[in-house]
Amino acid sequence: MTAAIAIDGLEVIFDRFRALKGVSLEVRSGESFGLVGESGSGKSTLLRAIAGLAPVASGSITVNGKKLGPRRDKAFYREVQMVFQDPYGSLHPRQTVDRLLQEPLAIHGFADGEKRIQRALDEVGLGSGFRFRYSHQLSGGQRQRVAIARALILEPSILLLDEPTSALDASVQAEVLNLLEEVRRRRKLTFLMVSHDLAIVTHMCERLMVMQGGEAVENLTAAQLVAHRVTEDYTRNLLRASEGFVRTA
Amino acid sequence: MSGGPNQQRSMSALLDVDDLRVTFPTRSGLIEAVRGVSFSLGRERLGIVGESGSGKSQTGRAIMGLTPPQARISANKLAFDGIDLLAVSPRERRALRGKRIAMILQDPKYSLDPVMSIGRQIVETLRTHEKVGKAEARDRALAMLEAVQIRDPARVFDLHPHEVSGGMGQRAMIAMMLIAGPEMMIADEPTSALDVTVQLDVLGILDRLVSERGMGLIFISHDLRLVSSFCDRVIVMYAGKVVEQLKASELGRAQHPYTRGLLNCMPRIGFERHPLPVLDRKPEWAA
Amino acid sequence: MSAETIQSRRDWLLSERPASRMQARLGRAYVAWRRFSANRLAFLGLLIIIALLVVAALAGVLAPYSPTFGDLKGSRLLAPGAEHWFGTDDLGRDILSRILYGSRWTLYVVILVAIIAAPIGLLVGTVAGYAGGWTDAILMRITDIFLAFPKLILALAFVAALGPGIENAVLAIAITSWPPYARIARAETLTVRNSDYIKAVQLMGASPFRIVLRHIMPLCISSLIIRVTLDMAGIILTAAGLGFLGLGAQPPLPEWGTMIASGRRFVLDQWWVAGAPGFAILIVSLGFNLLGDGLRDALDPRSGDQ
Repeated sequence: MTAAIAIDGLEVIFDRFRALKGVSLEVRSGESFGLVGESGSGKSTLLRAIAGLAPVASGSITVNGKKLGPRRDKAFYREVQMVFQDPYGSLHPRQTVDRLLQEPLAIHGFADGEKRIQRALDEVGLGSGFRFRYSHQLSGGQRQRVAIARALILEPSILLLDEPTSALDASVQAEVLNLLEEVRRRRKLTFLMVSHDLAIVTHMCERLMVMQGGEAVENLTAAQLVAHRVTEDYTRNLLRASEGFVRTA
Repeated sequence: MSGGPNQQRSMSALLDVDDLRVTFPTRSGLIEAVRGVSFSLGRERLGIVGESGSGKSQTGRAIMGLTPPQARISANKLAFDGIDLLAVSPRERRALRGKRIAMILQDPKYSLDPVMSIGRQIVETLRTHEKVGKAEARDRALAMLEAVQIRDPARVFDLHPHEVSGGMGQRAMIAMMLIAGPEMMIADEPTSALDVTVQLDVLGILDRLVSERGMGLIFISHDLRLVSSFCDRVIVMYAGKVVEQLKASELGRAQHPYTRGLLNCMPRIGFERHPLPVLDRKPEWAA
Repeated sequence: MSAETIQSRRDWLLSERPASRMQARLGRAYVAWRRFSANRLAFLGLLIIIALLVVAALAGVLAPYSPTFGDLKGSRLLAPGAEHWFGTDDLGRDILSRILYGSRWTLYVVILVAIIAAPIGLLVGTVAGYAGGWTDAILMRITDIFLAFPKLILALAFVAALGPGIENAVLAIAITSWPPYARIARAETLTVRNSDYIKAVQLMGASPFRIVLRHIMPLCISSLIIRVTLDMAGIILTAAGLGFLGLGAQPPLPEWGTMIASGRRFVLDQWWVAGAPGFAILIVSLGFNLLGDGLRDALDPRSGDQ
């Protein structure tokens, strides 16, 4: 099976700060892969480097067999799309949902925009009643659904998810996670998902990589994690933390 | 969840809240953020859990007297240690705040003064509430920093808030809030901005200090699981009302469908459920 | 229209789930309008500006006398009275008529300056802000050069070079008034360019040109409109100043500034000759200022929610 995303020795340097220190990774086509770590671990930077939003100092990124240069072309964005963490910041404040969804179609010259927008809204469970609302007329969960619809409307094969539910309430999080699983199954998407929450990553992903301080700590399968078969202390710490507070007295 | 040693819990209530209401006037009419909340707090750890818009934070703010001025607060009773909080003068209220009641907010970045060193902020807090000399205040501040497990208190004392990490900032915040020896503390999402591993350290510190000093703690959070592992008792809020009050240890036997839904919908390691159960919100919950 | 239809129209406008592009847009405009019209002073400013527009359009009908030909024999420097409400000037022309016709020139100057200066400022500011680096440095240094000179002095220099006349005055004022707009647009651009919603458009594969034009400019426009409206008074005063110095509109054009200039010789004895156009400038400037303040409250992007 070919790799959807192959990353080799990736370094990202902001000014003089090394955010990623030679990380390698392979995500198989159709797989859901998780990146786990705390703030400053470089997990989001890795995602942004793939999307072309972070300065790559060295190393290579290959997407669907094509090696990426410093600039991404339009064809790349039809393969790879991203959903951001903050649903309040990722939608333009002066545009209706309709306008937000039309933009990618206009950029890529799709003719059947009307139909696609309808379909995209239906797919994320919003329906046409939401089509002409501004983002301030939507709740956090609805905004994130719009962001997902926007990412899907170009029919990409790879979706980059940057903590897509961390700003949402638990009950809304469940709905959005279910939606993501459903679209992945239906469209046979490849997911690369970033989260600080081990439980979410084990729920969503088959394999995962634990990161710390810009480096990979450990590669695991979800099953290994569930069985607590981890080798690194750091991963064990994260696992313990995910089980809630334990009083030591 | 654990059965730690039972705290010396006095039965007289530290805080009494009866039918608390907080209303905000807006362009489109009145919005009731809190709609008749009643509970009492002893020297225990009480968790208030709810999702955004449930009124949990506004409840905490109303007790602290930090509600925005345009809002209206009413209650049959809002008393701290027998003092009617709605009747006292703003001055007395300020004196209570910090001295006897303390509050920790989510992000230390916004609640610490950015241009004053951490040590000085703690010293100032102490000296506004107690008559102590400079040298003594400094010693007590250093001791307090040590109590929140800051390894090198003398160094951190001279640092400014932007020079420390989020976890360190939150510890400094706790130190500042506890220096005057309050009897009650309100912690509004105190660890939500922190990394998970740091989160547990901070909670551990908070837990130890609260039980050592026999304080009453109100822990406000969206995370039902975290709250139930930390608190003795949990209040679940929905749409400005209390839908359920129960002992943390009996969370598994929660009655209200909202509480159960909230517990169920979070993914857990080792419990595969695809799709996750979602909340089916009933209008009568908010009624 | 019955109360019910009004109510149902209002509901339609304020609907949380608009059914068409049109309804969404109208609803947004209606909310801004409600916020604006709740402000009495702003409403007064709007009324003044509307009155100015009406007067300019109907000057030919409203003016009792010709603005350029006077009765030199019988009516020089008459005090305000029943015949001539605002009196007459040294050439026997009716001042009221001249002020009414003069409103056309005031509007002409204000509108042309706004149409020329605001887009230049918007373009320079957004491009500089979004591109950053060298582009930003060069564009902003040019802006700084323009800002380094007092506006009137610079305008004077331009008019001196271009030759006196109202068109050249407009050009000179426009050239000197875009730099502040560029500053504002750049500042707004800097605050939004790193936001996730701009990142999201980049990830759609949009060209920088498209991002600036369709996503950043609309966000800068409301603060620009506010600033331009507040500057209108200054523009009128600069135009009047140029006219006063003999570099703007040339006699016998009834431009307000020129009128003050020609009235200054009699300002102590026949105060109305300079006083009436001065008062007109005051009223219109006030109108624009009040309108600008109201717009700031109504269009403020930070109060996007209702």
